[in-house]
Amino acid sequence: MRPAEFDAAGWDEGGALPAEVRDAVARAGWFGVDLPTEHGGRGGSQAELGELCAEIGAVCSSVRALVTVQGMVSAAIARWGTDEQRSTWLPALAAGEHLAGFAATESGAGTELSAVDTRFERTGGEITVTGEKRWVTFGQEATVFLVLGKLDGRLAAVLVEKGAGVSTDPVRGQLGLRAAMVAHVRFDGVRVPVGNLVASPGFGLSHVIATALDHGRFTVAWGCAGMAAACVADVADHTVRRRQDAVPLAAHQLVRSMLARMAVDATAARELCLSAARARDAGEPGAVAGTVMAKYAAARAAASASQDAVQLLGSAGCASDSRVGRFFRDAKVMQIIEGSDQVSELHIADHLLREHRVGGKA
Amino acid sequence: MRNGLPADEVRGQLLEFVTSLVDAEPDPDEDYFERGLVNSLAALELVTFVEHRFGITVRAEDLDLDNFRTVNRLTGFVLVKTAG
Repeated sequence: MRPAEFDAAGWDEGGALPAEVRDAVARAGWFGVDLPTEHGGRGGSQAELGELCAEIGAVCSSVRALVTVQGMVSAAIARWGTDEQRSTWLPALAAGEHLAGFAATESGAGTELSAVDTRFERTGGEITVTGEKRWVTFGQEATVFLVLGKLDGRLAAVLVEKGAGVSTDPVRGQLGLRAAMVAHVRFDGVRVPVGNLVASPGFGLSHVIATALDHGRFTVAWGCAGMAAACVADVADHTVRRRQDAVPLAAHQLVRSMLARMAVDATAARELCLSAARARDAGEPGAVAGTVMAKYAAARAAASASQDAVQLLGSAGCASDSRVGRFFRDAKVMQIIEGSDQVSELHIADHLLREHRVGGKA
Repeated sequence: MRNGLPADEVRGQLLEFVTSLVDAEPDPDEDYFERGLVNSLAALELVTFVEHRFGITVRAEDLDLDNFRTVNRLTGFVLVKTAG
């Protein structure tokens, strides 16, 4: 399967990603690019994962979101799971035998995830999960959820398989990622083995969920970089062919100015993504902040480039099957998920100021 | 990795990093988690810093607040891991 062959417009219009596409993604090995080979992955670098997400993101953000959420849950288990959890879940996730859902957000807990109301109660060898999660990407199809809740007042993360007590309410017609099969998911007294607890209570948000979000930010960043580059390509292609007053649109200086800004933004976003990939592969402490910066820049580049692309394509950009029109809707979502632009700015400034404090420059 | 690191050197490096992380110099026995000074991104950065600086791997079984809550406890954790 190649991204260029995707029917992204059709999936977006239909509001679903066909099961055969999800299966093809699994067969292509896209779920386990950066997972260790001993757990069924390809053992690839962060740059390899990123390039794949850019290639997919340049065509369909919903497929990229599928790869993202599977990677988020896998990364959390790979980093903080027990040996048994890793050997049980990671090969199944890498092979697509299980589809993952990331169940953290609630109606009263978005950016401030520590405010979750979901309750975990331990009785003997079991944990009972009760709560309602919102905006779960591929929540309609997920077979295992990484759920954030509170156990004895401490934030904890638990793996919950779909089954009795798990119900989903599909979300349709949202602004973007329309084929990402988003759902609100309810856990009504679901009982799971205590062995499904990932890391100790108290570390569920700060380490387990944070690791998943960090991984998600990275793949979203690359997907946005791909989206921005695709906008540049679409605009360049359109403006050299479309004529106005007997000259190509590209002959107009205002058009060239817009195209130049788009290209610079897209290229800068990609460079920040590459920088984040290098830092992540090297295990550098700055990798977390570098990933936030890459995601922030790439989401803004995708939003700006897609907005300009719709403008320059005119009526073609507004058509129901317009690629840049879909990018325009999807890109706005990217400025919100995995840390809004505003929250990202706070983190980036914090990191910058910290370096100056340590270096004695401020 | 560097077995036998002096405790003072480890403590000094951790104190410098945590100070930058929480924008205040904590007492080595002060619980910066309890004071709400460490958000989730900072917690991840702290783990990455400890792994990168001291050449150790923090595993799930190491995730005990007693290992991380103060500079002195984190120093002890690093010394045990580097000695191993």
